[in-house]
Amino acid sequence: MASDARVRLRLAHEAIGVLPAMKAVFLRDLKTAFRQRQDLLNPLLFFVMVVSLFPLGVSPEVSFLQQAGSGILWVAALLSVLLSLDHLFRHDFDDGTLEQLVLQPQPLFLLVLAKTLAHWVLTGLPLVLLAPLLGVMVHLDGNSIAVLCLTLLIGTPVLSLIGAIGAALTLGLRSAGVLLSLLIIPLYIPVLIFGTGTVAAATDGAPVGGYMALLGAFLVLALTLAPFASAAALRISLSNS
Amino acid sequence: MWQFFHKLGSPKWFFGIATRLMPWLLWGGALLLFAGLVWGLAFAPKDYLQGNSYRIIFIHVPSAFLAQSVYVMMASAALVTLVWRMKLADVFVKAAAPVGAVLTFLALFTGAVWGKPTWGTWWIWDARLTSMLILLFLYFGVIALGAAISDEKSSARAVAVLVLVGVVNIPIIKYSVEWWNTLHQPATFKLTEKPSMPMEMWVPLLLSVLGLYLIFGWFACLRMQTEILIRERRTRWVKELVQAEGN
Repeated sequence: MASDARVRLRLAHEAIGVLPAMKAVFLRDLKTAFRQRQDLLNPLLFFVMVVSLFPLGVSPEVSFLQQAGSGILWVAALLSVLLSLDHLFRHDFDDGTLEQLVLQPQPLFLLVLAKTLAHWVLTGLPLVLLAPLLGVMVHLDGNSIAVLCLTLLIGTPVLSLIGAIGAALTLGLRSAGVLLSLLIIPLYIPVLIFGTGTVAAATDGAPVGGYMALLGAFLVLALTLAPFASAAALRISLSNS
Repeated sequence: MWQFFHKLGSPKWFFGIATRLMPWLLWGGALLLFAGLVWGLAFAPKDYLQGNSYRIIFIHVPSAFLAQSVYVMMASAALVTLVWRMKLADVFVKAAAPVGAVLTFLALFTGAVWGKPTWGTWWIWDARLTSMLILLFLYFGVIALGAAISDEKSSARAVAVLVLVGVVNIPIIKYSVEWWNTLHQPATFKLTEKPSMPMEMWVPLLLSVLGLYLIFGWFACLRMQTEILIRERRTRWVKELVQAEGN
């Protein structure tokens, strides 16, 4: 018994703390992602192409684009996050890294949170940075573009966090891509409604504080609860394989 | 109490109970629903503003009520699946999801039929309608995920996680008519408050809601029995049961 306790104590000493572990996971994900640069670029290209479909497919009128522009940008951003989600756990699932993460002494949900944040830095953040350029192309005015970027800045992490749940649930399934969209889009709709609602209010000159606060509430809710669901889903998917 | 709880986990025991319960649920439900609908559709007084078109609420309100209620039941069962790994809870979730989807569709459809003469449009993107549409999508997602995972245990737990995540939509639906200023009127039917409509309308509505609950119970039992027979097809009691039925 005594030796058992000593072994456990030594293990606890050797294990690194929670924050360093999260940092290690986060940096590792960034590093591996930058070795596959094309994968990073693809969601952004998709974003630009989808946005350019609307003026060509619906109407290039300035009045239409001014009205629909923020919605178009939000929907395009949402879809490109959705497409990139498949990569979130897939590689680590295929090469067994995910199993090692589950075996770590640190709580899995925090490691998943680190992975999700890395995913946001790699896809959500570039989308936010690209949004002003596309905002100008759909004739949004300066104020609306600023508000749009702010809503995307608060909203895209929510998309990554909720999406991680779906990515974890569909891990290792056939035709996971379509299924993932089917599961996640209903959960994305509220974020989309408030994201575009904020920009519409800003365009009309109405106060946006309330909308922003609600988006912030979504972010806090997703940040606190979604990692638990993703971690639970990951354990289920791993026990399945 | 705990013995009851353990028994509830046994598919065989549930199968027997369901067989005994189902005639009561079916006939009770049919009776209540029939009484509520006939009273509501034929004898209840006309609405002073909408005339006869309001009568669709005797179908619309019960199905909308049930659509949300079924999701809450599924979420409770999902919690039981995750915490106690009870097989029957998952059987319930799988059995109830398609029924819930149909009820949600019925609520949306009857709402559209009523909306055309009253609001002048089949569909409007207001908060209540949109959140009910999301509920329909959630049901579809649950059904799709359940069908996609072949392993029974993983499928049960994965679906349970999804159902619990989707439960955030339920308060949004319920309070959408109070939080936002929408076209859809606030809840017509509350058990906790004095009804705002005359008793001759309220009582048939209550009867149809209760009747639909019982019918749902019957339908859930039926689907659960089918699911149990499929899952337990290799056990001795199912073989004996099927042989006895065959003779």
